[in-house]
Order: sequence, then C-alpha cells, then structure tokens
Amino acid sequence: MAKKTAYLGMMTALAFVLSYLESLLPINVGVPGVKLGLANLVVIVALETIGFKEACALSLVRVLLTAFTFGNPAGMLYSLAGGAFSLLAMAGAKKLNLFSLAGISVLGGVFHNIGQLAAAVLVVETASLVYYLPVLVLSGTAAGVAVGGLAAVLIRHLKGLSQR
Amino acid sequence: MGRFPAPVGLRLMKKNDVVLIAVIVILAFAAFVGVSLYSASASGEGEAVVYLDGEEQGRYPLDQDCSIEIPSGDGKYNRLEIKDGQAAMAEATCPDKVCVKHRPVKKQGESLVCLPNKVVVEIENGGEPEVDGAAR
Repeated sequence: MAKKTAYLGMMTALAFVLSYLESLLPINVGVPGVKLGLANLVVIVALETIGFKEACALSLVRVLLTAFTFGNPAGMLYSLAGGAFSLLAMAGAKKLNLFSLAGISVLGGVFHNIGQLAAAVLVVETASLVYYLPVLVLSGTAAGVAVGGLAAVLIRHLKGLSQR
Repeated sequence: MGRFPAPVGLRLMKKNDVVLIAVIVILAFAAFVGVSLYSASASGEGEAVVYLDGEEQGRYPLDQDCSIEIPSGDGKYNRLEIKDGQAAMAEATCPDKVCVKHRPVKKQGESLVCLPNKVVVEIENGGEPEVDGAAR
C-alpha cells in the first residue's frame, strides 16, 4: 500500500513536470488545441501498471495542479473534459484487448481532443467549432502514436526496475 | 548494453493498431473534405458575426475595414479587426491569447474563438442574406 502511494505520488509529480515542459513549448499551428499531450504518457503508464481508478485520480490531480499554477483556471473545464473522455476511451480500449499501447494511446489522444471540443461547443454555444474536428483528430492520432511508443518503452524499463 | 531494449519499431504496433489509425485518418480526411466543400459552396460576401456567450452581438461585412471592440464584462475585451476581406483578433485580455495567434479567417464557417472571454467570431455568408433582403 505504502509502495503504491509513493509510486502514485511520483507519477503525479512526473505528470506535473511534463505539463510544465509542454507549456514551455507551445505548438502554434493556427488551430487551438493541437498539442503533444506529454502528460498523457504518465496517465497511460499508470493505467497499464496500476489501474483505472488510480489513473483517474492522477489525471484529476494533475489537471487541477496545472490549472492553478502555470495554466489558466479558465481552461480547466476543457482539460477536465478532455482528460475524462481520454481516460474512458483508453480504459475501454484496454478492456477490448484488441489494441497494443499505440492503439490505446491514439484513442486517448483523439478522444481527449473530442472531449475538449465538445466542452468548448457547450460553453460558447457555437456548433461551428466542429470545423476544427478533422485537424484535431489527426493531430490527436499523431500525438497518440508518439506518446504510445514512448509509454511502451517506459513500461518495459519500469518493469526491469521493479524486478530488481 | 545488453539490457537496452531492441529498437522501437513497428513491433510496438499490432495489426489492429494500424487498422485503427487508418480508419481514423480516413474519417478525418472525409470530414475535412466535407467541411471544405461546405465552405466552398457558399457564395457572396461574407460577414463576421460576433457572439458573446452564445448570443449574437453584431454583424460586420468583410469588405469594409474596421476595428471592433467586444467587451465581455469585468474590463475584459477582445478587439476584432477586419482588413483586406479577412477578420482577425488584434487584441485580447484573455490569458492564453489563442484567439490572437489564430490565423485570419475569411471563409464560411471559419471562426475565431476566445474561450476565456466566451467570445466567438464566425464567418457567415451565402445566398440566404440576399433573399432576406428582398423579403424585407
């Protein structure tokens, strides 16, 4: 139990740091919402090595911490919606047992963007935001492949560590 | 270097992953083509329509250069600039400035969004406004 707590704390800190790193590297392609989603790396690893509930807690704490420190609280709602969609999609994909980490992570990336866009459409009551969807789906896919590949490597190393 | 994992390659992906990615990419492209066709189908002069919190605040034709301040309460505002037939957010009090960095918009359905201030600028046009004008 204590070991799990320590592990989760460490993962949360890591997710927090990755969010910070990403905020330093803004990718500006003229469409809001396009990003790498590095923090999702930690969420995937948690989902894979600990479990769904713990991954949810980690994701929630990370979003809150990020929003109140270097992010902006106005954007928190969108991050929460994105995080929730992403986690549900990844947990669902994992249950299906059809995909490897890359596939799971792609679904996570795509649904993160869909969740964020859905929240934005509801908040500003403008359906035309859906115009961003194709670009956001493609960027979510690309980010998902990158993050999923990294997660696979990371999990292999983590397993090596815990066996020592 | 014996412990180092083998190079990351396609081995990480199963066939299903590749199928999934292909399906997503095809769907995204289909949606993109649909959106482009819809934008291209509209004719006539466009207007920039300003919404605050989902409610229409005003319409400004794209063929007249102008600068519009959109107040959103508590001293917050966005400044929209229309120039050379394009609309762009010139200034905003929001923290992230996503709307200011957005490229200028001019095509039907394109929009500038400032989520913190709940301001949306949407380009609308097409044949309908003329019909409205005739009916008036």
